[in-house]
Amino acid sequence: MSPLYQVLTPEGQLVQDIAGLPDEATMIKMLENMLLVRLFDRKSINLQRQGRMGTYAPFEGQEASQVGSAMALAPGDWLFPTYRDHAAAIVHGQSMMRVFLYWMGHMEGSISPKNLNIMPPCVPIATQMVHAVGTAWASKLQNEKHVSLAYFGDGATSEGDFHEALNFAGVFKTPTVFFCQNNGFAISVPFEQQSASKTIAQRAAAYDIPGVRIDGNDIFAVWLTMKNAIERAHAGEGPTLIEAMTYRYGAHTTADDPKKYRDQDRLSEEWRQERDPIQRLRVYLEKQGLWNEEKESDFIAGAGVKIDAALAEAESYPKSRPEDMFKHVYAEPTWMASEQEKELVKPAKQEGIPA
Amino acid sequence: MKRKLTMIQAITEAMDQKMAEDSRVMLMGEDVGVNGGVFRATENLLQKYGANRVVDTPLAEAGIIGAAIGLAMNGLLPVVEIQFLAFIYPGFEQIVSHAARMRYRTRGQYHVPMVIRTPYGAGIRGPELHSESVESFFAHVPGLKVVAPSNPYDAKGLLIAAMEDPDPVIFLEPTKLYRAFKEEVPEEMYRVPIGKAKVVREGTDLSIFAWGAMLRVADEAAKQIEREQGVSCEVVDLRTIYPLDRDAIVQSVKKTGRAIVVHEAHKTAGMGAEIISIINDEALIYLKAPVKRITGFDVPVPQFSIEDDYLPTPGRVMSGIMETVTY
Ligand SMILES: Cc1ncc(C[n+]2csc(CCOP(=O)(O)OP(=O)(O)O)c2C)c(N)n1
Repeated sequence: MSPLYQVLTPEGQLVQDIAGLPDEATMIKMLENMLLVRLFDRKSINLQRQGRMGTYAPFEGQEASQVGSAMALAPGDWLFPTYRDHAAAIVHGQSMMRVFLYWMGHMEGSISPKNLNIMPPCVPIATQMVHAVGTAWASKLQNEKHVSLAYFGDGATSEGDFHEALNFAGVFKTPTVFFCQNNGFAISVPFEQQSASKTIAQRAAAYDIPGVRIDGNDIFAVWLTMKNAIERAHAGEGPTLIEAMTYRYGAHTTADDPKKYRDQDRLSEEWRQERDPIQRLRVYLEKQGLWNEEKESDFIAGAGVKIDAALAEAESYPKSRPEDMFKHVYAEPTWMASEQEKELVKPAKQEGIPA
Repeated sequence: MKRKLTMIQAITEAMDQKMAEDSRVMLMGEDVGVNGGVFRATENLLQKYGANRVVDTPLAEAGIIGAAIGLAMNGLLPVVEIQFLAFIYPGFEQIVSHAARMRYRTRGQYHVPMVIRTPYGAGIRGPELHSESVESFFAHVPGLKVVAPSNPYDAKGLLIAAMEDPDPVIFLEPTKLYRAFKEEVPEEMYRVPIGKAKVVREGTDLSIFAWGAMLRVADEAAKQIEREQGVSCEVVDLRTIYPLDRDAIVQSVKKTGRAIVVHEAHKTAGMGAEIISIINDEALIYLKAPVKRITGFDVPVPQFSIEDDYLPTPGRVMSGIMETVTY
């Protein structure tokens, strides 16, 4: 089995002296980002329970993987998230307001900020991986130094598109980073039942590209591995497959009950106690004198205000009009859809319909 | 200068001229490079434009179409060749869930200007799954345009229009017509607009709507029935399957009062049903007889010993015409 690359132990200590660690400001930003998105995640679950949001896919436990990887990106890079990677999207510059909108069922929630290529969350499993090959390929052909980063889960590695994407990326040496968050489950199916290969990283060998297996709860390992992958991509050396070992404490989505298929309380508690991504960075930074309880409570208070502001903005966002569904299907609407639109918006005939 | 080209030559010329004019255009697919495509549609283009612009890809339709989506979103204009229509299914997901929806999902921020070219249709004595015509699958999906030329002139003009279209276009090339005949094709670049049908034969008694290889079957039937029975048929080549040219359909039916649709796709949920529906909506009172469909059957396209029995023939079309005019 490929060794697990780790930089920061669960106890918050560096495994060894290591070159290229993020500078202090970046480390602090890492912790702040992880705290922010964890609050965002918890808030979203509450909003769903209150009926203010639709079904939601939580990520708590996976913060180091998402935050660390997204923080390694530069503005022109392309980010292809799944339905669970809104933390990465937020860190790369998506507004929390848009993420709320998306989960509240507004089509405008998918709009990427100007000059950032943040794709809408991809729902069909693994399909976005080939797009990330394509955008990266285009960057390469146009001599632009941008990478495309595709997120996916362990379940996605069983799909044909996973194979096709890695194969294409290997053949055309596209600057693509494939980032798997192996959280051990695809809804109810554990990884051992998903795949007979012991790791996902080892599959990279089949495409002759580097495959790295890392502690996905160790944000330094994530960030350093990403930096390496991006450097390789910029040097024209092509794609990298990263397998980040992590865990999702909560349900697959707010519509799912994990107790049915795993020892939910015990497993989640174990990961939370023993491997939490936020805790280990917090301990490390405290030891460096870079963080303390006061800083944390200040930060959390400020983050709460920002999240509430984003939520208020999302909740007062103009309601989508039915006719909005007819926009952006084609560059120019077809006559069929245009007529159907008129049908939809013309006032209902009242005659003969009892009040 | 007058020259005559086959459909396949016209298609090659369209890509060649567009590639010369616009460096963003790239071709990709299985065997399109060194081999020039199994039907030679991309012959010599690799030599001319290099391996970055004419790309032999791995054998993987989802990979080809999915990567092309990314290329299109990021500034290039991919023209994808799928070797045969029935092999598009591994990439179907990419077409319907992504190519067709990217503009919609991103509220217009990203779009996918790509063309997916593929030979389709029966009558070529091909092995199993080399003869399908499942244009309805794609016509059913909002966000796609579906085009099927019936002659070299239209093939060139429609393909250039497709490559210039900001939306994804499924470009269905009737395999049977690739080399069936030659026709005068202008040397310069010209466009045949997507979404516009063409009356290829004027008539007064009945309208026949067809596209692709069936256009010639319809035309043949029209000629013969005129000779033998004095029935004057108007033949309309729809050329684009989505969006349909409603005005052309309605105008013709208003003029003749009778219609049949000829397609080689299976009858049920085929485009014939859609065309009849348009006629019902817009020209019902002009009709002197129910509109008939002469189509392939609701069976898998059979292997070639009985392939011709599956396909509409001029004979079947003529019986349909007679039933309609004597209704
Ligand atoms: C093509 C496809 N098949 C099935 C589903 C239904 N589905 C949604 S999430 C999921 C599990 C995915 O697991 P994994 O890739 O490990 O990601 P995770 O949810 O654990 O982050 C399934 C089966 C889907 N979205 N797409």
